[in-house]
Amino acid sequence: MAKREIPEVNAGSMADIAFLLLIFFLVTTTMDSDTGLARTLPPIVPVDQEPPPPIKDRNVFRVLLNSQNQLLVGGELMDISDLKEAAKEFIENPEHKDDLPEFKEEEVSLLGVVEISKGVVSLQSDRQTEYQAYLMVQNELAAAYNELRQALSRKKFAKNYVDLEDEERKAVREVYPQRISEAEPKNVGGK
Amino acid sequence: MGKFKKSKSGGQPAINTASLPDIVFMLLFFFMVSTTMKEVDMKVLVSPAQATELVKLERKELVTFIYVGIPLRAFQSLYGTEPRIQLNDQFATVKDIQSYIAQSRDNMRESDQAKMIVSIKADKESPMGVITDIKQALRKAAALKINYSANQVAQ
Repeated sequence: MAKREIPEVNAGSMADIAFLLLIFFLVTTTMDSDTGLARTLPPIVPVDQEPPPPIKDRNVFRVLLNSQNQLLVGGELMDISDLKEAAKEFIENPEHKDDLPEFKEEEVSLLGVVEISKGVVSLQSDRQTEYQAYLMVQNELAAAYNELRQALSRKKFAKNYVDLEDEERKAVREVYPQRISEAEPKNVGGK
Repeated sequence: MGKFKKSKSGGQPAINTASLPDIVFMLLFFFMVSTTMKEVDMKVLVSPAQATELVKLERKELVTFIYVGIPLRAFQSLYGTEPRIQLNDQFATVKDIQSYIAQSRDNMRESDQAKMIVSIKADKESPMGVITDIKQALRKAAALKINYSANQVAQ
């Protein structure tokens, strides 16, 4: 048998096939990575559980958001741009004022005994509040906590909060725990 | 004049395109790796809200989405113009959320089930009433880790 020469496979259309696949993937996929504000919801409270003890008035930072997206903080009308500073002052209470939250001293690993604010942020919205307004409030509160944590981790560990080790981050979180409580929304502007 | 010589064969030699498939395949693999499949066909209009303190949703397989918004024009005759909830490819009500969460939890690996995150993708103008109802339903379904989907504020 004479050796027959095998003709070469024509690969000219390979590019076309690859392009076809490429275009398919370009069309059916998305590149945007999802971002958002992470929050944890409180678990459902059993019906027979005793109500928690009342919190002192000075320890509560009341944020109300009405159906017109107006902000009422501690009884006063406030612009959203001022909320972060107000929240920071409330949580930190740098001058130990009497009308701002109390402290309790607690042992935190790595940091020793620190004063931890007993402050709680209470947020209540209306059923007609716009989602964007609500999210901005959540955002500003989160920003307040993040900035305080950032300041503390710079001071204690000379690192940015995002670069901390797990242990250290836990300690910082213990000093500034995010305590945002959400009440059932009202339905004043209701339909 | 006449200094410009014509090449003898007339045309230029053909460019070798043998490596073109390789280049295209490279692009293809890049897109396959860096993108994700579209999860659902949107039936509601969601223009995302904006915020600054964002976290990235790293592991897509942990995330379940709930969409809230006004139905697209094609569905408005049927579903009206009030903000509605979309789960998977369908319009739904708050009552459906619990079974939806249970179902998507069942589809996850057992080791991942505790880490489940529910991402609420709501239109920025939707009223909080709907979202509060969703949150209550999620609490009942014991899906407590949530994520309010938002985009970075444009500077």
